[in-house]
Amino acid sequence: MTAIDVTPKGAAAPEHIPYEPPRQIRWTSTGLLLAFLAVFPLLFPNPAVTSIAVITMIFLVAAIGWNIFSGYSGYISIGHAAYYGIGQYTVALLALHAKVPAGWDTFGLLPVAGLVSAVAAVPIGFVVLRVRRHTFIILTVAVMFILQLLAFNLVSWTNGSGGLEMSFPTWQGSYFNEPFYYVGLVAAIVACAASWWVRRSKYGLGLLSIRDDEDRARGLGINATRTKLIAYAISAFFVGVAGGLYAPFIGSVYPQFGFDPTFDLAIAVLVFVGGIGTLSGPVIGALLLIPLQQYFYLQFGNANLYLIAYGVLFILILRLLPAGIAPSVTQLWRRALIARRRAAARSPAVPALAGQSPAGQSPAGQSPAAQSPAGGLPGAPPATAAVPHAGGDEVAR
Amino acid sequence: MSILQVSDVRKSYGGIQALAGCTMTFEEGAINGLIGPNGSGKTTLFNVISGYETADAGRVTLRGKDITNARADQVFALGLGRTFQITRIFPRLTVLENLHVATQRRGFVGQLRSWKSGAERSRAMEVLDFVGLTPLAEEPAGGLSYGQQKLLEFAFITVAKPSVMLLDEPAGGVNPTLLRGLADRIRSLNNEGITFVIVEHDMEFVMGLCDRVLVMHQGCALTAGAPAEVRANPDVLEAYLGSDMREAG
Ligand SMILES: Nc1ncnc2c1ncn2[C@@H]1O[C@H](COP(=O)(O)OP(=O)(O)OP(=O)(O)O)[C@@H](O)[C@H]1O
Ligand SMILES: [Mg+2]
Repeated sequence: MTAIDVTPKGAAAPEHIPYEPPRQIRWTSTGLLLAFLAVFPLLFPNPAVTSIAVITMIFLVAAIGWNIFSGYSGYISIGHAAYYGIGQYTVALLALHAKVPAGWDTFGLLPVAGLVSAVAAVPIGFVVLRVRRHTFIILTVAVMFILQLLAFNLVSWTNGSGGLEMSFPTWQGSYFNEPFYYVGLVAAIVACAASWWVRRSKYGLGLLSIRDDEDRARGLGINATRTKLIAYAISAFFVGVAGGLYAPFIGSVYPQFGFDPTFDLAIAVLVFVGGIGTLSGPVIGALLLIPLQQYFYLQFGNANLYLIAYGVLFILILRLLPAGIAPSVTQLWRRALIARRRAAARSPAVPALAGQSPAGQSPAGQSPAAQSPAGGLPGAPPATAAVPHAGGDEVAR
Repeated sequence: MSILQVSDVRKSYGGIQALAGCTMTFEEGAINGLIGPNGSGKTTLFNVISGYETADAGRVTLRGKDITNARADQVFALGLGRTFQITRIFPRLTVLENLHVATQRRGFVGQLRSWKSGAERSRAMEVLDFVGLTPLAEEPAGGLSYGQQKLLEFAFITVAKPSVMLLDEPAGGVNPTLLRGLADRIRSLNNEGITFVIVEHDMEFVMGLCDRVLVMHQGCALTAGAPAEVRANPDVLEAYLGSDMREAG
C-alpha cells in the first residue's frame, strides 16, 4: 500500500530515501502556483471565468479549513455547512444592522464571521466530539439541520425563508469579481499557512496520532478531547470566513443555501480526490474540481447532467488514485527514486547518478501534471502535491 | 512502599470472569514481574489500571490516589504509562513521528512549535538508535515487522518516561541479543527511580530481571515473592501445569 512495500521488511534502507520531494521542488512549485493564481484574473478577465474563480477560492478556503479538522484528526464531518451558514448570516446581519457599507468594508467582517463560527463550534464540538465514526458523522449532519431549521424559524432575525438581501458593492461593473477573488486568495493563503503550521507543530502531531489510534494517543498523555476541539474550532473559523465571503458575492442569504447539505459533500469529495490529511490535497482538489464542476454546470446545468459528469470524474480519479492525488504523486516519485537508485547500484557504469541530488531532474515516474500549471484551468499544481499522509517536512539527518 | 495498589478488582466479559477479585500491591522503585498462565487476566489487569477498561468493581490507587476508571490520559498525567501485548503504534505516522508523539512538552508555546524542534529530539534519536530503528526513521510505522513494532512501543514508552511503566510482554518477537540490551535498559531506567510492572512469558527474562514476581491465576492473585521463592512454590507449578494438564486431558 505504501512505498515501504518496495523495501523488504526488516531490511534497513541502504541509504536514506527522503519521504517527499525535496524542498526546492516544493517551494518552486508553490511559488509558480501562487504567481499563476495572482495573475489569473489578468489573463482571463471574462466575468464568466472570474466568477468561477471566486467560487473556487471560496471552496478552497473552506476545503483547507475542513481538512485541518477532518483530514488531520480523521473525524469526517459532514456538517461543516453549519459554519458556512453561520459565517454568511454573521456578515449579512452585521452589514444590515451595523450599517456596514457594501464594498471593501464588508471584507472587514470576514474575521468576525470566522470568530463567530469558531466560538459557536466550541459548544457544538463539545457535544458531537463525544462520539466517533458513523455516529459522529450523523451528529454533525443533525446539528447542521438544526441550525438550518433555526434559520427558517427565527424570522425576526433571519427573515426565515424570505432570506436576507445584501446590497452589492459600489465597484459594480466589469470589475465586480476581482476584489472578491483577491480577498479569497488571501484568505486561502492564510488558511494554508494555518494548515501547514498545524501539520508541523507538536499540537498537530497529537492530532495526527488521534487519527491513527485515539486511545493509544490518550495513553501517551494526549488530551484527545481538547486537541480535537481546538482543531474543530480552527476549521470552523475558515469555513465561516468562506461563508462570509460567499454571502456578499451572491448578495443574499437563504437558510437552505447557507446551511446547505450539499456543501459538505462537495468539500469532502474534493478533499478525498486531492488527498485527505495532506497539506496540498485540499488545494489540488479544489483547484481541479470546483472549476470543472462549475463548467459542467454551465454546460449541462438544466438537466442536472452535470452531476453525472462530475460523478463519473470522481469515480475515475478514485479508481486510478485511491489515496488521492497528492499521496499518489508522492508515492510514484518515491518509487521512481528508489528504482533509479537500485539501477544505479546495479550498474557501476553510472555511479554519478546515485550520488546526484534528486532535485536535479524530475524522476521518470512522476506525473506530467507536475511539470507546469499550464492551460486554462489551474490544473493539478505541481509539487505542493508532495506532502504525503505522514511525511515529515524534511530529511531527518 | 507500595506505589500501585489493586483491591478486589472484578471484570467480566459476558460469562468469562477475566478478573475475579484481584488484589495486588506493586512496590515503588522495584521491577515487578507479573506472570500467570494464558488467560489468567494479566492484560485485563493492565487495561483496568491504565484506563483502557472500566472495572466492574474494586479499587485501583496510584500513590494513594484513587484512579479507578480514570481516563487513560488522566492516568498517564499521574505518571503511569504502558505498552500493549498486541502492539499499538500509529501506523500512518513515521517511526520518528511515533516517538515524538510520546515525547512530552508542556505549555502553550511548546505546543505551537514544530514537533522536531526542542531538546526531546536527541533523546528520541538516542532511543531509536538503541532499538536499531534509525534507518527506518522516516518510514511509516505500519510497515514495520511485529518485532520492530514491539521495539518501537518500548522505545516510545521509554521516551515518554512515566514514573510507573507497565510493559505487556516486551520480549515478544525480540531477538535474543537485543533482549539482553532491553533488560539492561530497563535496569538503568529502574536505577533512575522508575517502577516497572512487566508481564512476560519468558521465564528466564523475568526471573533474571525482576526484584519481585507476582503470580496470577484465573483472575486472582496467587502468590508473590522473590523470584527464587516463586520458582520454588508448588502452587505456581500447579497453576501452570494444572491448566496444561486440563487441556491435555
Ligand atoms: N475484550 C474481551 N472480550 C472478551 N473476553 C476477553 C476480553 N479480554 C479478555 N478476555 C478474556 O479474559 C480472560 C483474561 O484475558 P487476558 O488477556 O487478561 O489474559 P492474559 O493473562 O493477558 O493472557 P496471555 O498470557 O495469553 O496474554 C481470557 O479468558 C480472555 O478470553
Ligand atoms: Mg496478555
